[in-house]
Amino acid sequence: MIEVKHLNKAFGEKVVLRDFSFTFEQGKANLIIGESGTGKSVLSKCMVGLITPETGEVLYDGKDFLHMGFEDRKDVRQQIGMLFQGGALFDSMTVEENVKFPLKMFTNMSEAEQLDRVMFCLERVNLPQAAKLYPAEISGGMKKRVAIARAISLKPRYLFCDEPNSGLDPLTAIRIDELIQEITEEYKMTTIVITHDMNSVLEIGDKIAFLHKGAKLWEGNRHEILTADVKELSDFVYATKFLKSFREQLRKM
Amino acid sequence: MNPVRLFFHIGRYWLLMSQVFRRPEKRKIFWQRFFHEVDAIGIGSLGIVAIISVFMGAVITIQAAFGFESPWIPLYAVGLAARDSIILEFSPTIVSLILAGKVGSSIASEIGNMRVTEQIDALDVMGVNSASFLVLPKIVASVAIFPFVVMISMFLGHIGGFVLGVAAGVVTPYEFVYGIQYEFRPYNVFYALIKTAVFGFIIPSVSAYHGYYTKGGSLEVGQSSTNAVVYSIIALLCFNFLLTQLLLA
Repeated sequence: MIEVKHLNKAFGEKVVLRDFSFTFEQGKANLIIGESGTGKSVLSKCMVGLITPETGEVLYDGKDFLHMGFEDRKDVRQQIGMLFQGGALFDSMTVEENVKFPLKMFTNMSEAEQLDRVMFCLERVNLPQAAKLYPAEISGGMKKRVAIARAISLKPRYLFCDEPNSGLDPLTAIRIDELIQEITEEYKMTTIVITHDMNSVLEIGDKIAFLHKGAKLWEGNRHEILTADVKELSDFVYATKFLKSFREQLRKM
Repeated sequence: MNPVRLFFHIGRYWLLMSQVFRRPEKRKIFWQRFFHEVDAIGIGSLGIVAIISVFMGAVITIQAAFGFESPWIPLYAVGLAARDSIILEFSPTIVSLILAGKVGSSIASEIGNMRVTEQIDALDVMGVNSASFLVLPKIVASVAIFPFVVMISMFLGHIGGFVLGVAAGVVTPYEFVYGIQYEFRPYNVFYALIKTAVFGFIIPSVSAYHGYYTKGGSLEVGQSSTNAVVYSIIALLCFNFLLTQLLLA
């Protein structure tokens, strides 16, 4: 479980996060949704320590992450897997070496054990055939799956996914969503998904926070979101013509 | 550059260095990366260094001969002048300036590209000290390998001066060899190698600094690469003056 309490962040005059508080529950896909530029990615970067917030607390199972020293943070960070928007795979390494990297850095596993774990993770994301390829030789969807394999190689307790579906076709996006949901349940992880994709919201949103101009306007789950009575949220949810017509039909019924 | 910005960059450079010089997470991985960098930075630069050294040695010899046309100056002075030019300045400084261009731009663009594609963020989130992991092997490899590259440059500079100087008819083999042996001071080689080791620290650290703090996209990576070369060269020339004053004056 991750608790975020009263997080505030500004870049100069521009306030990006305003008093954000939320509890990300274990074994669930916790979604942060909102329009582009509302502070979703900044929030996730504050939570993993890539950006330092002005005020607030981030508690990983009760441990105050933001006020820890480098060495203590390292222990927590080794339990974090992160899927970046572009995958962030290491260009100079093959897919196999990318997935093996955290194992080489932080475990004393033998070469054979590392290889076993790598193949297990690649099979988990249906990519064992790509092991010897370089990131430049695989598609965007495959890169995201490799990034997931790398993120789960150390069996993390927390998984951060920053816009896992951006730039993917609808079918691949659904597969990525399903994969995130499966591994969340399998590893009993606390999963945080940053997204503005309504398909993901309706597919995997166990717990959802809606961000608007840096502030949390609403929280609930995927069953409640379609009937929520918050104008900004309704505008966001029913932005597509398909969902708009769905809402009209609901009203007529 | 605005003086306030200059102090900002100097301060941030030293903060980065304080992160870089921390104990590596895994020694085995550090040494693997070190040997990779020795290959990329040192061995990968030998070709260009060899070509430049041979021709510069030849040009220095011919220019020296051209300047010493007076019958009062013995012909072996051509070899002596070529030797001192090559050892004191050409090999350590000019070769380092060339390496600043080749190695510096490569380091800045490699690290800058990793920054803009979030690969450095990925390392940080994993709990890896990204500055130390990426930069320390480059600095240690450069400090270790640059003096060897410069020694090879000195040797090839003399060979170029000898072969092409003799072929051009500006000096005889005996006089050139006598000249390069005449009143040879081993301290000059020591001075050149000390200078080179310092340059071996400046080039990768300044270049890595520009790459590490790149913001934006591919355009900014290109700008970082250019800045890395420009500021490495400026720092290198300043330290060349300081070290010459300290070690030779």
